Amino acid sequence: MRIALRNCGLIDPEKIEEYIAEDGYFALGKCLTEFTREETIKEIKDSGLRGRGGGGFPTGLKWEITKNVEAGQKYVVCNADEGDPGAFMDRSILEGDPHSVIEAMAICGYCIGADTGLVYIRAEYPLAIERLKIAIKQAREFGLLGEGILGTNFNFDIELRYGAGAFVCGEETALIHSMEGLRGEPTVKPPFPSVSGYMGKPTNVNNVETFASVPVIINKGANWFNKIGTEKSKGTKVFALAGKINKVGLVEVPMGTTLREVIYDIGGGIVNGKEFKSVQTGGPSGGCLTKDFLDTPIDYDNLIAAGSMMGSGGMIVLDEDDCMVSIAKFYLEFTLEESCGKCTPCRIGNKRLFEILTKITEGNGVLEDIERLRVLSNVIKDTSLCGLGQSSPNPVLSTINNFEEEYRAHVVDGKCPAGQCKSLLRYDIVEDLCTGCTLCFRNCPVGAITGERREPHLIDQSLCIKCGVCFEKCKFNAITLI
Amino acid sequence: MPEIKLAENTIQLIIDICAEFENKESELINVLHKVQGKLGYLPAEVQEVIAKELKIGVARVYGVVTFYSFFTMIPQGEFPISICMGTACYVRGAEQVLAEFKRQLKVEVGESTGDGKFSINCLRCVGACGLAPVITVGGKVFGRVAPSQVKEIIEEYREGCVVDDPKTV
Repeated sequence: MRIALRNCGLIDPEKIEEYIAEDGYFALGKCLTEFTREETIKEIKDSGLRGRGGGGFPTGLKWEITKNVEAGQKYVVCNADEGDPGAFMDRSILEGDPHSVIEAMAICGYCIGADTGLVYIRAEYPLAIERLKIAIKQAREFGLLGEGILGTNFNFDIELRYGAGAFVCGEETALIHSMEGLRGEPTVKPPFPSVSGYMGKPTNVNNVETFASVPVIINKGANWFNKIGTEKSKGTKVFALAGKINKVGLVEVPMGTTLREVIYDIGGGIVNGKEFKSVQTGGPSGGCLTKDFLDTPIDYDNLIAAGSMMGSGGMIVLDEDDCMVSIAKFYLEFTLEESCGKCTPCRIGNKRLFEILTKITEGNGVLEDIERLRVLSNVIKDTSLCGLGQSSPNPVLSTINNFEEEYRAHVVDGKCPAGQCKSLLRYDIVEDLCTGCTLCFRNCPVGAITGERREPHLIDQSLCIKCGVCFEKCKFNAITLI
Repeated sequence: MPEIKLAENTIQLIIDICAEFENKESELINVLHKVQGKLGYLPAEVQEVIAKELKIGVARVYGVVTFYSFFTMIPQGEFPISICMGTACYVRGAEQVLAEFKRQLKVEVGESTGDGKFSINCLRCVGACGLAPVITVGGKVFGRVAPSQVKEIIEEYREGCVVDDPKTV
């Protein structure tokens, strides 16, 4: 079922005529000529559409709040700063169907009383920027942006603002500061952007995918949309399937689809027939779910209850070869780099978490470290300033909660069950199986293997860098991995 | 403030770019994008000119340049190599690919090779997760890169240089 991605790959994104042929700008016309601002907002509210950027805030309610603030100048902002590693649905929408976002921004502008829209887009997406520029130009030529749109007295135009690579700028207050030419640091809410946002004016910020769903809701009606999905999460969600899965790419499914359906029926299961271990949703703010959650219907609330979150829809599948401690460490490394440094719990707390995780993966962890991680994670969650810090320990907490035995294996037994933590590995040659063919000796990049031809060889553990070349090259399975 | 040591035409170029954005303080990020696009990087001297034109403190400009990972104060290699360290690439072995680049070129992340040909950087997701692990060299994207291909990729670009400079090995 395709709502947000309805036109992607079907129409030529550089031709406005093709979008119009698919009922494009029909919704804008309907709002401007048939609906009042209140009626349009009611339609969005009734549809049950919630923010697709991760937070899941009801879109209609957001619009209503911004509308009700009295101000001469207001802004509509589209958050296209898709910084979540592993998610690329916003890029696909902007590249494949830019007009749907433009149309929805104009509808939003009409509802809240704004005449200017701003798209905050990553500089890393040159093609999306190019297509968006073309689309805006064409919409102006067709009188769908600019003054007196469709013969009414509604004026609306869109400008682009470029991001410069900062994950925290996905947070709306940080995003607004970045658009103002400042460091993208978040500020305390309230005041919410809907009251005081860009240049101190009321600003409505929505994500690309949220906007892309709006025209369909207006065209087909709230009652059509709210029949799709679960009780509290309506419509569809686009997920970016990646990792150890056979079919990678974007999938749009109704809310309430189970993880099993997405991973096995659509994604074709795990690469090389390996065993499913975990699925990571919600990016650096989300968590890792075990196979026990495979039959959980996906919606905002279920994922939070399971210790993860919807996020922007990244879905990374992990198999038996992935070490959960390393995965948690990987995400922490990301957070560390992307933390803006403004508040102490996030800046220093995450650094400490990272250090403990590094200690564990290097084989120096102790049992108390697990509890330490838990306590510190909860402190960071409770005391950080913005969404980035408040959610940054989620990968740690969810891996501890779901894979505690793996942490224990690292700190108690000194073993990495997935065989990923190199410091905990040891390659050895089994004397009885070694034929002395010298293949490992010749391939070892650091000269750690010694031995005479036709005699069993030996690995010098102090030189071994654990690259695994000998293990791969040996034809007699004489190299063991402990 | 140290004396600015930039070529006259470079200074003029920066002044023109600032003027294009009406010397507005709020356009700082757009100005930086454009200047970096022309010069390749944003050294301290360039930041001083921008600060002067937009009538803001150099610290403001420096603060913004260092905040965003897209801006750099170090010149990039002729062929900047970026290794995607997004989650999808990570679980599909981007770390090993990075290690191999570091080994082959004998430089660390953020550095350039002595001859200025290559520089290595990590970036967070180019949105091509289906092709993981992904690297980009200049504007070209390489998908499903294995550590064993790294040498080949470097050679490909290095050989391109042989034509220009016979001394390069």
